Parts: sequence; C-alpha cells; structure tokens
Amino acid sequence: MTVGLRFEDAACLRGGRLLFEGVSFALAPGEAALVTGPNGVGKSSLLRMAAGLLKPAAGAIVAEGRIAWMGEAAALDAALPLGAALGFWARLEGADAAATAAAIDAMAISNLAPVPVRMLSTGQRKRAMIARAIASGAPIWLLDEPGNGLDTAALGLLADAIAAHRAAGGILLAATHQPLGLGETRTIALAPLPVDSLP
Amino acid sequence: MIRPIMMRDLRRALGAGAALPVVFFLLVATLFPFAVGPDAQLLARTGCGVLWVASLLAALLPIDRLVAPDAESGVLDQLAARGISDEGIAAAKLVAHWLAFGPPLMLAALPGAALLDIGGVELGRLELGLALATPALAGLTLTVSALTAGLRGAAALGGLLVLPLAVPILIFGAATGNGEPGALKLLAAIALLITAGAPFAAGAALRALRD
Repeated sequence: MTVGLRFEDAACLRGGRLLFEGVSFALAPGEAALVTGPNGVGKSSLLRMAAGLLKPAAGAIVAEGRIAWMGEAAALDAALPLGAALGFWARLEGADAAATAAAIDAMAISNLAPVPVRMLSTGQRKRAMIARAIASGAPIWLLDEPGNGLDTAALGLLADAIAAHRAAGGILLAATHQPLGLGETRTIALAPLPVDSLP
Repeated sequence: MIRPIMMRDLRRALGAGAALPVVFFLLVATLFPFAVGPDAQLLARTGCGVLWVASLLAALLPIDRLVAPDAESGVLDQLAARGISDEGIAAAKLVAHWLAFGPPLMLAALPGAALLDIGGVELGRLELGLALATPALAGLTLTVSALTAGLRGAAALGGLLVLPLAVPILIFGAATGNGEPGALKLLAAIALLITAGAPFAAGAALRALRD
C-alpha cells in the first residue's frame, strides 16, 4: 500500500473566521514538513484536519496510511501507571509488547513505567506521547508542538526518532515554533489573513 | 478495537463512583418509609413506583463522567485519529456503562424491595422490568453525556434532558411492576428502541464535539 499525505486547496473555517485557504502540498514517504506561522494562524487546525478530526471548509485532504496523532492533550489515564496507560493504546493498535518497550526505551522513560501518569512532569508526559507515536508503527506522524516542554536531551531523542521514522519511509507533519534539528524538511508557512476576511 | 475501549471504560467506571448510583438508590428506598410512615400496605402499594423513580434518578448520577473526561484528555481525538467510528466508540461505552450500572442496580433492588415490603411476585416483575430498562437508561445517560460534554453545569442540564426522555420507561416500567397486561411488551419495545438508537445518537454527539 502506498503511503502519502496530500492537501488539495484546503481551507479552514473556525468560528465563522477564515484561518487559511488554498493550502496545497503532498508528502511522499520519507518526507517531513514543518507548519510554521504566528499564534492563532491555524497550525493546530491544519494538523487536526490532516488527522481527520476536522473537516476542511473547502478542498480535500487525502491521507493514505495509518496515522499517529499527537495533539496538545496527553490522552493518558492519569490514575494509571505510565506503562499501563501506554499499554492501552498498544493493545488498541495490536502493537506487540516489544515494540512498545523499544519505544519507551527510545524516549528514555523506561524507569517511569510504574509511575502514575498524574505524577509526571510536562516534559515526561510529552516523552510518553512521542513514545506512543513511535510504538504505533503508523507511517504518518502528525505532531503538534512536539518540542514543547522537552529538555535538550529529549529534543535529541525526538530528532533521532523522527530520523529513524523517515528512514523507514514514514511521513512527518509537525507544527512547531522551534527548530527541531531534523535536517532537510519542507516548510508550510501560514500567514494571517486580514481579520475581516469572510468566506 | 471495541473490546479494549470497553474494558478501559469498565475499569474506570468500577474504579470511580460505580457504587454511587447504587448507594443513592438504596438511600431513596430507606428514606421513603421515613417520609410516608411505616404503614405496610401503603408501602407495598407504592414501593414499586418509588424504586422506579429511584432508578431513574440514579441513572443521572454518572452523566458528567462518561464522556467529558475523555473529551478533555484527548482520548476521543486519539480514538478518532485511529479511524474508529464514533458509533463504535459509543457502543463500547454503552456496554461498559451498562455493565457498571445495570447489574449492580438490579442487585440493589433486592434490599430495596425488602425495605419497602415488596412481595416476591412484584419483586420478580420489578427485576424483569429493570433488566429491560437499564440498558435504555444507560443509553439515554450516555447520549446526554456526549451532548453536554464541555458545557458548564452539564450534570444539571443533563438531568433536565434525560428525565423527559425517560418518561415512557417510567410509565411502562411501573405498570409492569403493577402487573398490568401488555406493559411488559411496551416496556421492551421502548427500551429496545432507545438502546438500539443510543450508539447512533451518542456517536453523532461525539462527532459534533470535535468541531
């Protein structure tokens, strides 16, 4: 099965306001794109559209292949130990235990597996969310601000994980304000439209 | 795909507050004789209806924890991004919620019936009625949970939305308890309609929640 992510002239309408329109790009296996732009320009909305969580107001979005989504919210059960909270998602995807363990290792959080999620710091939670994306084995990664809250070491681990993902033919689409050290990437720059632009 | 979601919901329900509706139900059954006096005949005649009202009110209690926490924590987004249908998620949640709500309530009806001096035959009819009605009550609660997730005062608003919709269940349920002919069939019909429709209604509400 071919893997790809394609935006065809997509437009985003939120709360009666046009955030962006005419966004077109296509990502092939191994390619990565960073969505950039000022706050409120619609970066997260663009990613939610790619994940199928929002419908484009116009145009089309075609995602071929499974999706690993990492939004703002952790989606890890706060009362559970981290290992069990990640285990739920692994079971849901039918990922094997070895892949999950390797992903937890790749983000250097294997020592946190017995710790309840509510005790984790922002950065540790972020590492766990990245580990879930790695463990999913999905070819399309959609990461919203993956670098937020991560320390230098974790940023390095994230860059390594993304490099491995791309080397295996994976696609990355990330919204970010900071450089992620990813090597060659495409940039999708969103610019604010005039406030009074109505559809 | 559906089974892990169901197991997760069931574990969460049993971990947090599954006993609450049961305790509430028994509390109503305990308070009622205090209010109307210990006249055994009066209690026996009104007891079934009281337990039906108590079941209805007990069904309202979990409204604010069925959907809203999952919407806030991003779990619903994660499920949707994996291509799991909203109806499938709703169906899994419905089964899990009923398992945590229906059978415990039916068990609690045993001491509840004893407190109100309800006889064996009537108790049998009550249990049969509850077996039919609790899936429908669970479906109504889940649907309204999904509709009101993210709103302020969701629990109070949810009560106002569920109770009118639950009136047919109450009427036919109480009539079943009184042994009126045909009431059981009507109860079964309305409960089937609500239970079968709930995953679709709740699924549509989950979809609307994302926008």
